[in-house]
Amino acid sequence: MKIRLRGCRGSIPVPGPTTVKYGGNTTCHEIITDEGELIIIDGGSGIRQLGLEQMAHLPLNVTILITHTHWDHIQGIPFYTPLFVPGNKINICGTFDPVYGKELREILAGQMEYCYFPVCESELNAEIKYTNLQENGEITIGSTRITPIIMSHPVLNYGYRIASKGKSYFFTGDYEPAWNIYQPNDEGYEFYQQIVDEQNQVNCNFMQDIDVAVMDSQYTLEEYETKQGWGHGTFDSSISLAEKANVKKLYLTHHDPTRTDKQLDIIYAELKEKYSHVKCDFEIAKEGTEINL
Amino acid sequence: MAIDKQKLLASLDSVPAFPSSVHKILELTSKTDCQPKELVGVIEHDPILTIKVLKLVNSAYFGLSREVVSIGHAVVYVGLNTIKNVAISVAAKGVLPKNNKAGLDMDEFWLHSLTVGVIGRMLARIKGLPETEVANFFVAGLLHDIGKIFLAHFHPTDYQAVINEYSHTHKAIADIEETQLGISHATLGGKLSEKWELPSDLIRAISHHHDIQDLTDAGDLEIGLACANSIANHMYHESGDNNENPPPVLNKIEQDWLGMSLEDTLASMADLDSEISKAKMFIEN
Repeated sequence: MKIRLRGCRGSIPVPGPTTVKYGGNTTCHEIITDEGELIIIDGGSGIRQLGLEQMAHLPLNVTILITHTHWDHIQGIPFYTPLFVPGNKINICGTFDPVYGKELREILAGQMEYCYFPVCESELNAEIKYTNLQENGEITIGSTRITPIIMSHPVLNYGYRIASKGKSYFFTGDYEPAWNIYQPNDEGYEFYQQIVDEQNQVNCNFMQDIDVAVMDSQYTLEEYETKQGWGHGTFDSSISLAEKANVKKLYLTHHDPTRTDKQLDIIYAELKEKYSHVKCDFEIAKEGTEINL
Repeated sequence: MAIDKQKLLASLDSVPAFPSSVHKILELTSKTDCQPKELVGVIEHDPILTIKVLKLVNSAYFGLSREVVSIGHAVVYVGLNTIKNVAISVAAKGVLPKNNKAGLDMDEFWLHSLTVGVIGRMLARIKGLPETEVANFFVAGLLHDIGKIFLAHFHPTDYQAVINEYSHTHKAIADIEETQLGISHATLGGKLSEKWELPSDLIRAISHHHDIQDLTDAGDLEIGLACANSIANHMYHESGDNNENPPPVLNKIEQDWLGMSLEDTLASMADLDSEISKAKMFIEN
């Protein structure tokens, strides 16, 4: 399969001279399977350009996997032109929101109400289907198998493993490794730590021997000190989990909107030195990065 | 008359205490810097609440592939914000008994209470009140008719007669209660909340949600609750097929407090249906 990263930014698109190298668009991954099936993970602002390019190959049959419905993962969907074209078949998959009791369709249609956008969801001409996925409930597209797993975040967030012909790709969505809410001298610390370890192990097992993983690494360790609980990982947590899970290649993504190209270059140089001993090959995810598996 | 006011008031002593965990959860979640471990601690120390949260998290809504067996597991697995929201709804509902022998429709009761809570919260936001007060409007809505539950649960035969008269005449239920029992569910609810040592403005709001005009020095919470109840009743009347009586309208105090017409208020609450349907999900669990 071929993968192209169409957006690697977290929170909000940040165009400008300091985000040229790694890109300013929010999360979107394009995947073309060996059989030519089209899969997209997340509809951040990166999906807009992808849609324009896909318009040269109508009609389209596309599966869009949504990790979760925070803005930076869905804000590009109203600008995904193939949705407006009759004859295109688009299957949007994700999780039902158990807290708000809302179907995926309701949440996505919400951002296309007239007060936010000139065309509402019911006016889209493509044949659109919505699928609520269950954790570990595998779906297949041709010979490609897609499996969602809940990755820790303040709201339900699916990571997706996509496997085909002996190759595998994984994206965490937004992910902060589970952490202990107690201090070591609190009652309950040890029990909670056990649960945290178990949960992190479940996520690690799921990622075992993945060929390419793309992981949320929004913060540096220093920044994380004041951002624990915000739902995002660090460069270090991603590298350490990827190494533990024997991931062959890791891309560090979900760049903080304030992060400049220059800062990312410096961070990368420091990480290369700090983690020169790890087997897992890692690099900073860049908009436009192409991965052949 | 089968029972009188004095006997009713005396029987308040047999009502169990208000769960302190609900108090604490509401207090904690109204703070933006709520520490996760404090919230987990409060839920974990209430076994009933714990079981209810776990039941919901393990239900088909969440579609989890592993069973969640503790609140700690739930927070780690599905996230703190998720559990926080689940706990608030489950905790508040947990205050009320599930059924009664008086024929009071509990699903309808709960839906009305939630609707008044949701409307109250929206009105508080429209009025620009601080978020810490907004939460109290929601609680006031949830608890405002608690007197009905008390009557239906502890005096089912007497309250059955009230419900029967109401279903035949559609007279105001508080008036029927006054005539038959000598005291209304609002006054009884106020007495019950005194016994539970709820905040004084909440006690006053519950006691006077049907006669706000008789309350001197009524504050935001008191008028806001009366208003939310009137709006909910108006909506219910408009959506139903009972058009024999005119739809409830706002009285002058409510109207002045709102500062706009009932129609404009309804129009400004665009999220109401989705907020209520969100709340409904928890009735079914």
